[in-house]
Amino acid sequence: MEELDGEPTVTLIPGVNSKMKQMCFDWGPGEMLVCETSFNKNEKSETEPGCPFIYIIRKDIDVYSQILRKLFNESHGIFVGLQRIEEELTGKSRKAQLVRVSKNYRSVIRACMEEMHQVAIAAKDPASGRQFSSQVSILSAMELIWNLCEILFIEVAPAGPLLLHLLDWVRLHVCEVDSLLADVLGSENPSKHESFWNLVTILVLQGRLDEARQMLSKEADANPSSAGMCRILGDLMRTMPVLSPGNTQTLTELELKWQHWHEECERHLQDSTFAASPHLESLCKILLGDEAALLEQKELLNNWYHFLVTRLLYSHPTVKPIDLHLYAQSSLDLFLGGESSPEPLDNILLAAFEFDIHQVIKECSIALSNWWFVAHLTDLLDHCKLLQSHNLYFGSNMREFLLLEYASGLFAHHSLWQLGVDYFDYCPELGRVSLELHIERIPLSTEQKALKVLRICEQRQMTEQVRSICKILAMKAVRNNRLGSALSWSIRAKDAAFATLVSDRFLKDYCERGCFSDLDLIDNLGPAMMLSDRLTFLGKYREFHRFYGEKRLADAASLLLSLMTSQIAPRSFWVILLIDALPLLEEKEVVFSAEQTYELMRCLEDFASRRPVWREPGVQRLQEDVENTKLEMLRLALARNLGRAIIKEGSLEGS
Amino acid sequence: MEDIYAKFVSQKISKTRWRPVPAGSLQTADTFAAGSWDNEENYVSLWSIGDFGNLDSDGGFEGDHQLLCDIRHHGDVMDLQFFDQERIVAASSTGCVTVFLHHPNNQTLSVSQQWTAAHYHTGPGSPSYSSAPCTGVVCNSPEIVTVGEDGRINLFRADHKEAVRTIDNADSSTLHAVTFLRTPEILTVNSIGQLKIWDFRKQGNEPSQILSLTGDRVPLHCVDRHPNQQHVVATGGQDGMLSIWDVRQGTMPVSLLKAHEAEMWEVHFHPSNPDHLFTCSEDGSLWHWDASTDVPEKSSLFNQGGRNSTFLSHSISNQANVHQSLISSWLSTDPAKDRIEITSLLPSRTLSVNSLDVLGSCLVCGTDSEAIYVTRQLFS
Repeated sequence: MEELDGEPTVTLIPGVNSKMKQMCFDWGPGEMLVCETSFNKNEKSETEPGCPFIYIIRKDIDVYSQILRKLFNESHGIFVGLQRIEEELTGKSRKAQLVRVSKNYRSVIRACMEEMHQVAIAAKDPASGRQFSSQVSILSAMELIWNLCEILFIEVAPAGPLLLHLLDWVRLHVCEVDSLLADVLGSENPSKHESFWNLVTILVLQGRLDEARQMLSKEADANPSSAGMCRILGDLMRTMPVLSPGNTQTLTELELKWQHWHEECERHLQDSTFAASPHLESLCKILLGDEAALLEQKELLNNWYHFLVTRLLYSHPTVKPIDLHLYAQSSLDLFLGGESSPEPLDNILLAAFEFDIHQVIKECSIALSNWWFVAHLTDLLDHCKLLQSHNLYFGSNMREFLLLEYASGLFAHHSLWQLGVDYFDYCPELGRVSLELHIERIPLSTEQKALKVLRICEQRQMTEQVRSICKILAMKAVRNNRLGSALSWSIRAKDAAFATLVSDRFLKDYCERGCFSDLDLIDNLGPAMMLSDRLTFLGKYREFHRFYGEKRLADAASLLLSLMTSQIAPRSFWVILLIDALPLLEEKEVVFSAEQTYELMRCLEDFASRRPVWREPGVQRLQEDVENTKLEMLRLALARNLGRAIIKEGSLEGS
Repeated sequence: MEDIYAKFVSQKISKTRWRPVPAGSLQTADTFAAGSWDNEENYVSLWSIGDFGNLDSDGGFEGDHQLLCDIRHHGDVMDLQFFDQERIVAASSTGCVTVFLHHPNNQTLSVSQQWTAAHYHTGPGSPSYSSAPCTGVVCNSPEIVTVGEDGRINLFRADHKEAVRTIDNADSSTLHAVTFLRTPEILTVNSIGQLKIWDFRKQGNEPSQILSLTGDRVPLHCVDRHPNQQHVVATGGQDGMLSIWDVRQGTMPVSLLKAHEAEMWEVHFHPSNPDHLFTCSEDGSLWHWDASTDVPEKSSLFNQGGRNSTFLSHSISNQANVHQSLISSWLSTDPAKDRIEITSLLPSRTLSVNSLDVLGSCLVCGTDSEAIYVTRQLFS
């Protein structure tokens, strides 16, 4: 066992006093049942009225958020698309595709965040407003982490472009500057705006030097005395060597140019060029990457990773990925300055800078309230072939473990279960078993829903589950007296035993009422009739009635006989079949041939000899008498028919 | 199809229906109703695709459809139909049939009428009755016909509290859908592959005609009647096949077209352009079938966006000697003249597409992945 990563959180259940009463619980897939027991800790035997409720405790409450449902649904499509990415794709095209997938995921998070933000603003009561706002900050943190992971693990940017990506990352997530920029530019006299210098500083801190220069030119226009200084500083900003994507210069060339530029900046500072303006001087110090000057702008930097990126921009623009963690750690230490301890988000980012993927995922699993993030991120990183070496000491690998957790959470939800199916599909080891266990527990409220579940099972050749679902539906139909439906379901399940049971119900109904119900089904059984002997009998017996109704007497007679001789008719039904033969025997034309009549007689005697003997007198006695009379009538009719048949056959042969 | 807009709505959508435009008006479709299923709380909602005064840069309307109003619905919404401009009839999995009234002034929905136990089972073991899902509803003012898993057919009138006519045990299996053939005849499809025509003038619980697929008893899930030629009917089955029937002749379909890979949930002829047909399926696809013969050049059977599909067009009734102009393009079974072009309308496979509706140049569909898709340029 590994050690615990933190104290487990305590969940208080309202109304349950665990100090007074013992509690009992039971695990479910995504939730837990808790209730008070009547055991008393103290020996006192007085029975206080306890809490009469059973509580359902849900682990993954984010699944129940209306807005996050959109995240789950939309990302499901991206996930399925990612699984279908051709394995053969290698090198650049594969990487490009993975980066695109990663960006899609991020844009879904952002869309969700924006909507949550709108709802938070519109919220009427402050409590729910706060709740939505905290969701916004969680989503924003998720996007921040994801974006960093994308740069470091998926894009795998080398020295040089790495810093450009990190700058974009910071600009994207510290975006208050844009509204400030609009605010300042919109005012009558921008350079006199109270936030003017803050704005310029932020622009420089984010490396947006072109915009910073434009702002400086406004200051120069408004304040001729500082125009010269502004021009010099602006020139410094303009000449700062940067790596542009289309440029072919090598890193060494860049470093050399940068060194020259850096020395020039330093010279200006030593010459006290900007001594007259503390604002400009501090900007120059920032350009030099002066740590003290940067730390003075703590307020504007917002957080340590902004500090890190700005520091790298102005002191180590060609930082190598492998050195990142050194700067990251020291930036964090410098920025916090021992005043506060790092928060979970800081640790996650730090772990990312250290290229410790497992630590990132672990910390995220602990800090975030849902499995969505870690499951999808891990899956994506696994597609980048970054996780193969790592196996857990339980279950299968980490990707599969997290996907299973996430999918189980979806299955616990009333209606998101459909999404979970695809996640299980892409868990090669335990996915199928999990799906089998979960799918059987979906409540089947309507046939339409059942059909959807059936389709899922049939597509995956889960015959056991198909059978069980059809059986449930067939049972339900029998309970509701819907024999036709019940028979259809047992045919679909190829469940012979149940088809026999339903067929017996049909025959019983026939005996009671003298006519068939659900003819539309029984007349159209087709090959499905072969499912069980009883069903075959039902179909064939109904066919006999149809022949008789259509006056196809010879066909009817031979079918009736074959039902008995082939032993397909249940014994209990023989007496009915024999009596059905009576009208045929009484027809004007001879229907049964002599040979058929012998067969019938044999059947009759066979039946009569195996009849149970009534032991008790009374009602049964009477019934026996009735039956005996019927048999006598049959014997008589058979004898007469035999005579007629012999005469007819003899005369035919003779002529 | 580039101008198809998706909106995630946080509920699985079982039905989408355009509000009809008043006869003779030049208005285009602007409002649709949607029903949800399998949520803890289900809703019937009204959405607008019309303008709120915000035209985008191209002068067109903003893409998104906006929620106008919604109301709780007890049970899954199994079917949804506009009764008239203001009233919507909803079929519930609880066996209840509800008429909702839309108040455009303050944008609200209210219950205007309800038949609570329209569909129910009478089991031997169960108490007096247990509810049965109502699976289909069709309106032809003032009449409303509903069918259900209990195999029962109800005929309601909007102003009557009780059913005008009930056919108990009309079907031994589940009835999946219903449509009007020509008043007072209706047509139902069931779970053993049969089409039944019922005439309300006749007493008793026997259909006036039964048509069926041969042998396989593949359940039929949806049915639609050709808007102009009332004898032409299209159905969709569990195996995703599209069947075209001529109810005047034969008891078997005129043609069977292999279509989707799973249950076809809905089929619709275009109401004013019936050479076009639309189908959607559990496999997550939405198809546009174009059988118009006036397209000048059609070198291939499928255009580029179309899905590859094999045709199993069976010539069951020989109609070669019937004058070509008299018969619908859907009934011509000469393989050489089979010119059906199929286009897939959704950009990527999703979960099941449960419902679709077409009106004018607009199409709306709802899916299990909790998105509603709308396009306004069907024939562009």
